[in-house]
Amino acid sequence: MHEMSLAEGMIQLIEDQAESQHFSQVKKIFLEIGALSNVEVESLLFCFNAVALGTVAETAEVIVERTVGQGFCMDCSQSVTCDSLYQACPFCQSYKIQVTGGQDMRVKELEVA
Amino acid sequence: MCNSCGCSHGETRIDGQPAHSGLGDEQHHDHHPLHAHDAGVIEKQRDDLHFGKGPAHAHAPGLSQSRMVQIEQSILSKNDHYAEQNRASFASQQILALNLVSSPGSGKTTLLTETLNNIKDRINCAVIEGDQETANDAERIRTTGVQAVQINTGKGCHLDAHMVGHAMDSFIFNQQGLLFIENVGNLVCPAGFDLGEAHKVAILSVTEGEDKPLKYPDMFYAADLLLLNKIDLLPYLNFDVQACMDNAKKINPDIDIIQCSATSGEGMEEWYNWLETRRQAQIDTILEPLKHRLKILEACRDRRI
Repeated sequence: MHEMSLAEGMIQLIEDQAESQHFSQVKKIFLEIGALSNVEVESLLFCFNAVALGTVAETAEVIVERTVGQGFCMDCSQSVTCDSLYQACPFCQSYKIQVTGGQDMRVKELEVA
Repeated sequence: MCNSCGCSHGETRIDGQPAHSGLGDEQHHDHHPLHAHDAGVIEKQRDDLHFGKGPAHAHAPGLSQSRMVQIEQSILSKNDHYAEQNRASFASQQILALNLVSSPGSGKTTLLTETLNNIKDRINCAVIEGDQETANDAERIRTTGVQAVQINTGKGCHLDAHMVGHAMDSFIFNQQGLLFIENVGNLVCPAGFDLGEAHKVAILSVTEGEDKPLKYPDMFYAADLLLLNKIDLLPYLNFDVQACMDNAKKINPDIDIIQCSATSGEGMEEWYNWLETRRQAQIDTILEPLKHRLKILEACRDRRI
């Protein structure tokens, strides 16, 4: 259920921008959600629709770009892609993988009017 | 839950009182244009058909008023901003803040009361208790003589940095101490919300499954220490301690693990030593640049004209 808080975070962020960048309607929201981020996208979109009512983003279409998880194996010094936090290195089977990307949840840009 | 937009902050309470500024409906809805839009500005825009003042500042006829706004901000940026404020405030008062996370029933509050009874005479302590409802846990803490604030999250599933900032107003630390933040019992949601703490400490009891780190990876990834609690019960259970520790290390190879029991006292000294090491390390990080500055100033003073 923390997706509700995240959706509220999105609205706050968008409304701060609406004030500083002077727009009154958001047509599209481009999100970047990493594969290793702590969010369920379907749930986030559901919550967003609920909290967006009566805001500048009420009718906005949300476009989600999923980014892959990335890591660096501390044992064999290879860069690896990972779908989960408990994945072993595909090269040496070590679990000592330092996550280097794919944990972000970001609003990249907005199409506004 | 807030009637206007369904947000859960409407039910947040600190020590039974509605959380003020920013958490209540009033300020929350200041941000909603339908509630708080400046009607004068809209009217002005309606009367004034200056195309250069449109949202896109478009001067060319026919050019769409639609435009792209680059944001590149984390969805959690608001929380992270409050968390940084908390972190700065903790550092300025030499407070080591710990965010205790676990599933309900892992023995967090018992472990905490036992800890406080052992260390409260040597260092200032304070506790923020997070639960959906009741002030029971804060009352349990207060029986130890340690200052405590209860945050009730209502329908909320985690504490956020803003709530913690407000709770801090109730404490007196006298320039040093330990702050324990006992988060809502939940192994999912609290993982993503930075409260400004120095470390997240995950507590897992041996009455739970040894595969919990794999089932809830985000939390064990975010934690710096795993307290494997209730080990006095191991003789009565089929709990594979080594498998549990291996699972935690698979998620987070750097995680420290301490086996302990708040009831028998086993492993508790190791936990207090961990706290003391982290407390000193935090003060050293503040001290190092000051020592460096002092050296420069002394060298400067000794230089002759």
